[in-house]
Amino acid sequence: MINLQTELKESIIEQLNLEDMEPADIGNDEPLFGDGLGLDSIDALELIVLLEKDYGIKLTDPAQSREIFVSINKMAEFIEANRTK
Amino acid sequence: MNRGVAVTGMGIISAIGNNTEANYRSLLSKESGISFPEILNTTHKNIPVGEIKFSNKSLTEASELPKGHSFTRAALLGSIAIKEALEQSKVKIDAETGFISGTSVGGIDATENHFKEFTEGKTENNRFIRSQHPGFTTEKIAGHFGITGFVSTISTACSSGANAIMMGARMIKTGKLKRVIVGGTDCLTKFTLNGFNSLMILSDKHCRSFDENRNGLNLGEGAAYLILEAEEELKGKPVLGRIMGYGNANDAFHQTASSENGEGALLAMQEALKIAKLKTGKIDYINAHGTATKNNDLSESRALQRLFGENVPDFSSTKTFTGHTLAAAGALEAVYSLLSLNKQQIFPNLNFSRTMNETGLEPVTELKEKKLDFILSNSFGFGGNCTSLIFAKDEG
Amino acid sequence: MKAKIYINGISSISAQNLDSEANPVSYHKTIFPAISPNYKEFIKPMALRRMSKAIKMGITSAKVALSEAKIEIPDAIITGTGEGCKQDTERFLENLLDQDEELLSPTSFIQSTHNTIGGQIALNLGCKNYNVTYTQNSASLESAFLDAEMQLLETSENKSVLVGGVDELSEKITQFKSLDGQLKSVDIHNLDLLKEDSPGTITSEGSHFFTLSTEKNNNSYAEFKDVSIKNSIQPEKINEEVEIFLIKNNINAAAIDAVIFGNNGDNRYDHYYKNLQQNLFKNTTQLAYKHLVGDYDTVSGFALYSACKILKNGRIPSIMNLNSSTPKKLKNILIYNQYLGRDHSLILLSAV
Repeated sequence: MINLQTELKESIIEQLNLEDMEPADIGNDEPLFGDGLGLDSIDALELIVLLEKDYGIKLTDPAQSREIFVSINKMAEFIEANRTK
Repeated sequence: MNRGVAVTGMGIISAIGNNTEANYRSLLSKESGISFPEILNTTHKNIPVGEIKFSNKSLTEASELPKGHSFTRAALLGSIAIKEALEQSKVKIDAETGFISGTSVGGIDATENHFKEFTEGKTENNRFIRSQHPGFTTEKIAGHFGITGFVSTISTACSSGANAIMMGARMIKTGKLKRVIVGGTDCLTKFTLNGFNSLMILSDKHCRSFDENRNGLNLGEGAAYLILEAEEELKGKPVLGRIMGYGNANDAFHQTASSENGEGALLAMQEALKIAKLKTGKIDYINAHGTATKNNDLSESRALQRLFGENVPDFSSTKTFTGHTLAAAGALEAVYSLLSLNKQQIFPNLNFSRTMNETGLEPVTELKEKKLDFILSNSFGFGGNCTSLIFAKDEG
Repeated sequence: MKAKIYINGISSISAQNLDSEANPVSYHKTIFPAISPNYKEFIKPMALRRMSKAIKMGITSAKVALSEAKIEIPDAIITGTGEGCKQDTERFLENLLDQDEELLSPTSFIQSTHNTIGGQIALNLGCKNYNVTYTQNSASLESAFLDAEMQLLETSENKSVLVGGVDELSEKITQFKSLDGQLKSVDIHNLDLLKEDSPGTITSEGSHFFTLSTEKNNNSYAEFKDVSIKNSIQPEKINEEVEIFLIKNNINAAAIDAVIFGNNGDNRYDHYYKNLQQNLFKNTTQLAYKHLVGDYDTVSGFALYSACKILKNGRIPSIMNLNSSTPKKLKNILIYNQYLGRDHSLILLSAV
């Protein structure tokens, strides 16, 4: 069974069309936004949809997402604590 | 001397009334048009919108259209507003009458209804296949009024209507047209309601433009058009006001969001002042874009502070009455600006209670009587599109 | 005196390779895509990943047209697109209908607006100047040119304006054109399009950008003289309308060395062109192009691109010939287009 981190990386690559990337290219603690992977606010909205679709977590305020989408590890932590599916 | 381009007619339909007089009465009595969707066939019945409570059927009857017509809702709304504008200006439509309409999604309401039929290859409603493309809606309206000459559509998202007014004014000024109908139309659609919902910028309450606790916009629908005429065509006709200045600039910052310092907005306002040959101190009132999203209102406020410094003129957002009518917004707000000039009244910004921490700017919140000579109106859209128009009282 | 406007940079992405004369690409379909250049040479991967073909084609051809004219930041970006960003529109609309308005991802909505292409060009260049998008069916690019002309003539300052037209195919919405008679009911060979005597046409996609300036340089292709748009013209009045346009430009039909017509093999509407072919321009060199690149709202960009090359090179690709007349000189070219009998346009170009 693949772990949550790898699963997340795979869905992020697919959802955000990071065509030339492999899950191994994303570090677990690498910043997803800004200087790290370089995602932007549109990607953040896409990730909010992903949280709801795959894990049943509904965020209502996009500002909330900034603290969650820091890195793969932070996202995984949040998902483990709040997932409904 | 820059006398500006003369406006000789205007017409409007919005959630606060189906003609200019009805809109004016609502603005005076602070009566907002925000409600829950009843006509729009959406599952989001709990999202407040600025809906016009006429079905397509009653709009069709109002314009006396034949059975089996292919008018989109945007074309139906547009026809009602143009009819009013034409009656006021009494222009005759000839080969030198142009028509420039702003619309963002055109007739996608019809595409939503028939998309599945079309994918199944059904041809029964194939007269709506081209309706998705904005030019279709414009052409339906052109056909309805017998406009055969220059007809075009501008689609720059939420600044479309303002850009159509700007283009029309330039065509009059450069002598390309003698008279032109300009403005915008957009109806509520599932496409836009869900689009803005997916961006998480729709408010679940009545929108609170420029308030510290604003939490998003209300989507609206409407249409408004102006008749612009060349000076030599006026022949003593009453002039409602003049388009003195216009400017368009691009924020070139982000696909949907405005830059935090409001660069594009600032550049657009500066250009409009330059064209109008006016100093900032001459602006008596600003009809702001003021959508009530966190991002827009802060960015626009910063742009105002950068341009006007300590002396930001009176401003308000009439989107608190109508909702954000997308491509029609700039045109609706042009009508409100012209009304303000004629009545010498500033219409209030509803639902405001606390200034933003970042700017401390307070909009006009009650009807205000004031000497008004020059009004600036802002419209900003996706793709960084920023437009400012300056309207002036006619000096006769 | 009225300032002159020069076309100093041009670019084309279409269903043909740039050397289409020697080996025109042949298709046996009613819908065929444009040939993609390597977009990665023009757009960074992080930006490229979510772009539809219209945006990719638009940015790429915009950059080529600018670099040809040696302009980095134009004073205005004016775009024409008849059907806009259909791929994203289609994606968002389908998701909305399939998922009953729930759990929609915003990217395709953001990119569905018609001014996405112009906005993305601005974003890519970091250009904060005037930026407007026109969408009036087959008069979309021409509307953009009319605005560009005014931009250049409204001021005495030396300005450069980037103007272009883009349209893309999408899987379903383009296919709908076969349901209302816009497309031929059977597959045909594109190169035989003009021999057809049946309703409908063939369609494709593409992007054409042009850099306009009031200053001539040694790369100038042509002088842009005028553009005119008329929403509807009665069939019997077409010769008269064209003559009015020519008179306005102080020129007569005999001084037009070549006319590029928009014949698209649709026997319901090609009479507009045939009427001119048999009357006003009976003795003029007549050219066509939609058999090469299909018909779509901004396809006249290909005609304009071809005219620029013809005026600069002084020769006409034989694949474009509609009649056997050869011009004595190549000074003035007229382009006439319409679609389904509406949105008529005329563009006049002159050799530099």
